[in-house]
Amino acid sequence: MKRLEERLFKVLMLLSAGVVMSSLLLIIGTVVVKGLPALSLDMITKAPGGGYYLGGGGGVLNAIVGSLLLAGGASVVSVLFGIPVALYMNVYCPRDSKLASMVRMSLDVLCGVPSIVYGAFGFAIMLVLGVKASLLGGIIAVSLLIMPTMIRAIDEVIRLVPPELMEASYSVGANRLETVFKVVVRQTMPGIISAVLLGFGRGIGDAASVLFTTGFTDRISFSLLEPVATLPLAIFFQLGTPLPEVQQRAYASAFILTVIILVLSLSARFLVSRYAKHTVR
Amino acid sequence: MSFRNTLDKIGGRTMLVLTVLSGVLLLLMAVGLWMKSSPILSLKPLGALLFSGSWNPLRGEFGFYPFIVGTLWVVGVATVIAVPISMLTAIYLAEYADSRVKAVVNPFIDLLAGIPSVVYGVWGVLVIVPFVSNHIAPWFGTFSSGYCVLSAGIVLAVMIFPVIINVIIEVLNMVPREVREASLSLGATKWQTVKSVVLRRAMPGVIAANVLGISRAFGETMAVLMVAGNVAVIPKSMLDPAYPLPALIANNYGEMMSIPLYDSALFFAAMLLFAVVLFFNLLSRAVLARVEKGIR
Repeated sequence: MKRLEERLFKVLMLLSAGVVMSSLLLIIGTVVVKGLPALSLDMITKAPGGGYYLGGGGGVLNAIVGSLLLAGGASVVSVLFGIPVALYMNVYCPRDSKLASMVRMSLDVLCGVPSIVYGAFGFAIMLVLGVKASLLGGIIAVSLLIMPTMIRAIDEVIRLVPPELMEASYSVGANRLETVFKVVVRQTMPGIISAVLLGFGRGIGDAASVLFTTGFTDRISFSLLEPVATLPLAIFFQLGTPLPEVQQRAYASAFILTVIILVLSLSARFLVSRYAKHTVR
Repeated sequence: MSFRNTLDKIGGRTMLVLTVLSGVLLLLMAVGLWMKSSPILSLKPLGALLFSGSWNPLRGEFGFYPFIVGTLWVVGVATVIAVPISMLTAIYLAEYADSRVKAVVNPFIDLLAGIPSVVYGVWGVLVIVPFVSNHIAPWFGTFSSGYCVLSAGIVLAVMIFPVIINVIIEVLNMVPREVREASLSLGATKWQTVKSVVLRRAMPGVIAANVLGISRAFGETMAVLMVAGNVAVIPKSMLDPAYPLPALIANNYGEMMSIPLYDSALFFAAMLLFAVVLFFNLLSRAVLARVEKGIR
């Protein structure tokens, strides 16, 4: 009986792990099988031409450029906010600081807030500031969205820096600001970069937060105050058309987005494992 | 005072300000959503908004009941699917799997977490929707377009697998090794040890992990929007379409500025989601923090 239960649960566990693994493989498999044949050079080198959504020529370069600008801008904003906050919580605050633990708690909760709520909140901020749906509006919403995750990721890396290292820096006469930027940030650079890459990945893949805030356009636009296209929305709109050949392009766009995300995620992993050995523990 | 030290002072102050700002962002968000939804709250009683079924923005009727029930259906189905599978997978990875298996599986789970929700949506439309429509509905002897509660629940379940699995693994890893060894040395089998020693000790944390995952499901937008069917009627079965709150917000952003109170109604919907997620998160984070302290 004991053995039977043991067996039964072992089988159930393996089955569950199998379900989890195979759903990932199924997702990636689906995107590759459906997306790759639909991919063409035009898809990644051209903006939508006339009648694109009715099957006309063109591609989704507008969305690729827009997504990169949006996620790039938001990552820069978040990291400029995130590094000082993470440094402050670890170096300036004492170990059992109330402030640090409250900020961490609040950030953890913010990580769980749905992106559609960030979209709505970002939209409310834009109404206050008088910004119309634009790249700027999108950067506001997406930075808010990825900042909590990014800060907590950087926080976790900085927390691992041994205190002796900072003490060594103080003992040769460096003050705190010099210590944090010349020693701590340098030490944790691979971790920080991987946090940024992951934030960038989250930013580039999110659709719900940019729906209100970024708008959409068929042109390739670089202006902060103009709407830009984003890949997730391009996928959504193309899939929403009744025409099979346009839906094909949605699959191709989903393939492009997935490849971008996988590359980001793998390079974040690689960075951590490759450079982790150079950091002092 | 030297220039270096002035710089140090200024730097420290700036960082303090930024830290406090990031800490109050949550509060700012609550206030912002509250302010934007106050116009509708001042005109309609909360009960009518939550429990009225008539949704007709043009006539000024904003009953969220069908959307709330739709959300609960979809999240409920996702919970039923995701909780057992994620728990078993997490227990397997934390207690049984050797390090080589972990080295392969863990990155996969992280990848699963990183896939954008719109891609999950595409997958749902291409795989789950036809599957439900062609295989599951006929099996029950009914018809379904496939754009329904069940499809949305399946897609959501897959999306929250990584959240639940990762947190449970963390919790299980906190249980000290000696506890397991003590049980094993008394002649308990591996599963008995896991069931009556490890899980028992880690149970609050495991529940919190599930709550965290479920709260993620509440606000998931794009994938649900793409597969749930979006019909503002209370679903009677899993094969009926539903119209969850996030999908409502996402679908109507275009019209909301042109109809009076519509924008406020949508902000109210966002605030509802925010409140649910906030409650679940605070609860499970508090439990997790206690578990972390108490378990060692």
